[in-house]
Amino acid sequence: MLEKAFEGGRKYWIWILFLGAVALVGVYYYLQQFTYGLGITGMHRDVSWGLYIGQFTFLVGVAASAVMLVIPFYLHDYKTFSKIVILGEFLAISAVTMCILFIMADMGQPMRVMNVVLHPTPNSVMFWDFLVLSGYLVLNVLIGWVTLGSDKKGVPPPKWIKPLIYLSIPWAFSIHTVTAFLYAGLPGRHFWLSAIMAARFLASAFAGGPALLIILSMIVRNISKFDPGKEAIQAVGKIVAYAMFANIFFLGLEFFTAFYSSIPGHTSPFKYLYMGLEGHSELVPLMWTSTVLAAVSLLFLIFPATRKNEKSLVIACVMLFISLWIDKGFGLIVGGFVPNPFEEVHTYWPTMPEALITVGVWSIGFLILSMLYKIAVSVREQTAGVEIEH
Amino acid sequence: MSMDRRQFLKIAGISSILGLGASVANATHPIWVKGLDPSQVEPNKDALNAKKWAMVVDMSKFKTDEDFKKTIKACHLTHNVPDFRNPDGTVNKKFEVKWIWQTSYERAFPGQENRYMEEHLKDMPFLVLCNHCENPPCVRVCPTKATFKLPNGITMQDMHRCIGCRFCMAACPYGARSFNWIDPRKAVNPETENKEYPTRTIGVVEKCTFCTERLQSGKMPACVEAAPKGGLTFGDVEDPNSEVRKIVTTKLTIRRKPELGTGPQIYYLIGGGDHA
Repeated sequence: MLEKAFEGGRKYWIWILFLGAVALVGVYYYLQQFTYGLGITGMHRDVSWGLYIGQFTFLVGVAASAVMLVIPFYLHDYKTFSKIVILGEFLAISAVTMCILFIMADMGQPMRVMNVVLHPTPNSVMFWDFLVLSGYLVLNVLIGWVTLGSDKKGVPPPKWIKPLIYLSIPWAFSIHTVTAFLYAGLPGRHFWLSAIMAARFLASAFAGGPALLIILSMIVRNISKFDPGKEAIQAVGKIVAYAMFANIFFLGLEFFTAFYSSIPGHTSPFKYLYMGLEGHSELVPLMWTSTVLAAVSLLFLIFPATRKNEKSLVIACVMLFISLWIDKGFGLIVGGFVPNPFEEVHTYWPTMPEALITVGVWSIGFLILSMLYKIAVSVREQTAGVEIEH
Repeated sequence: MSMDRRQFLKIAGISSILGLGASVANATHPIWVKGLDPSQVEPNKDALNAKKWAMVVDMSKFKTDEDFKKTIKACHLTHNVPDFRNPDGTVNKKFEVKWIWQTSYERAFPGQENRYMEEHLKDMPFLVLCNHCENPPCVRVCPTKATFKLPNGITMQDMHRCIGCRFCMAACPYGARSFNWIDPRKAVNPETENKEYPTRTIGVVEKCTFCTERLQSGKMPACVEAAPKGGLTFGDVEDPNSEVRKIVTTKLTIRRKPELGTGPQIYYLIGGGDHA
């Protein structure tokens, strides 16, 4: 099937070359970072994680969101999702790959990464994150490839893949729960020290990931003969609506606990992000952009008229995706570090090389995604109209 | 086994690419040869030992700026702590690495100040460093055991194993850890470099080690030696006869953020003055 990724038209190749070129820019700046050090980024002693770890966190959510298609299709036999489910699985592969690349980009000594395996440390959440993320990547590669392969041959998928599909469901929850535990168990980081962190992560993941999937499905439908189905897209739209509601509700709970208790350690990061603290309000416009986009997109998703209209649905999904990207890919990380343990405000803003490395990783992710989708679409175009068994 | 330096470097080079550096280094180290066990190697008889090292900081003994500077400098020179400067000579805050430093009461003990407190009390200088916690979050989160507890209570770290993930920096509630954002060797003055202590590579985290290497050769920590008399008292808090223990038992001391359950082992003496 892999050959399908290399049998594209002119537009396909221009797109692939474009992504490749952007990725190369990222690689160039990564090599600079590799020799000069992480000092090339905007990070410092007080905000020691930044854009890279933010992207990692956000993309773990995107990866986990495939489960929102897998559950209805495989557990509830919801046939409407028969075509779209492969798009979710392949999106997960691309997202996990980006996660791994962002972790590598953030490491001070990337050549020593195997130390995590050579000196396994079960008390470190990062050790578990390493395990669950690699496991999830293997699961999705295997499941996506085997089911699509059977589909190509017009036969039902082999029986042995079923248990792996069922395993991928709790596994998806685990990757985002474990990622939340990276933050939620640290004493002295009040912004992250919240029991609802994992639940918030899952809610935002199940909103952001499927929203991206709706956008991708629309694009796929426009540029190929493969149609994931209007009904499927509408169903995903409802999932996004519920998840986004849960996400905003959970964020509200955080606000309540912080501000009603009035404990300074808990309120300070929120003040820094949404109002400004000690004269520093750099992130305030960004966080309010996220808030407004979240509110408007939720309204779009709640009202049937705007949700059922595919044009406004896709606008809602774009707004929602940007909103969550700001909230989780940036605000969540920086908010945990400001103010610092001395209650001093030291701000952070990514540098140009850091931003270009980030864009480069996204390009690699989209490159993988484009090739995988090309394969899926080519197979599905051939088997169009045939009922997919599972 | 016999191998010359050239062969060794060749194998070490290849295996470190494969991430096996540590095991090769172990295999060729004298104490691993021919079944020699670490217990058969005699420890230094002069080494200072303790069940749990701890420090009492008596700020009343630090009277001048010079007292602070001298103490901090002793540590930073002993350990080749990089000194990043801006072109105008001020400290480069972006790349700053510090093991022991001066901050204000208000910053060291956030939330303890009150609004009626006079400015000079809020701004009262305090020395801060790694707390060598009994239950250190940095050790808990490290994915490679690069930071770990020694049996003597010191929170130690292996800068050759550190992968630079900076999880420990997020976990430390005391801001005690620094990362080498750029090549630290460029910020070590060759004239004052301590050849007996290694310099660091780029991309690893470092912090105070309670001068583990000095204790092993029978010397007190560098800061303790350089501080004004009675300013820093260092000893075994588990030993009922130690000076440190006597102070923490009989005097009013406070610790930074004890409510987090980390068990910090730096005690700040309140009132101070006449204990020693």
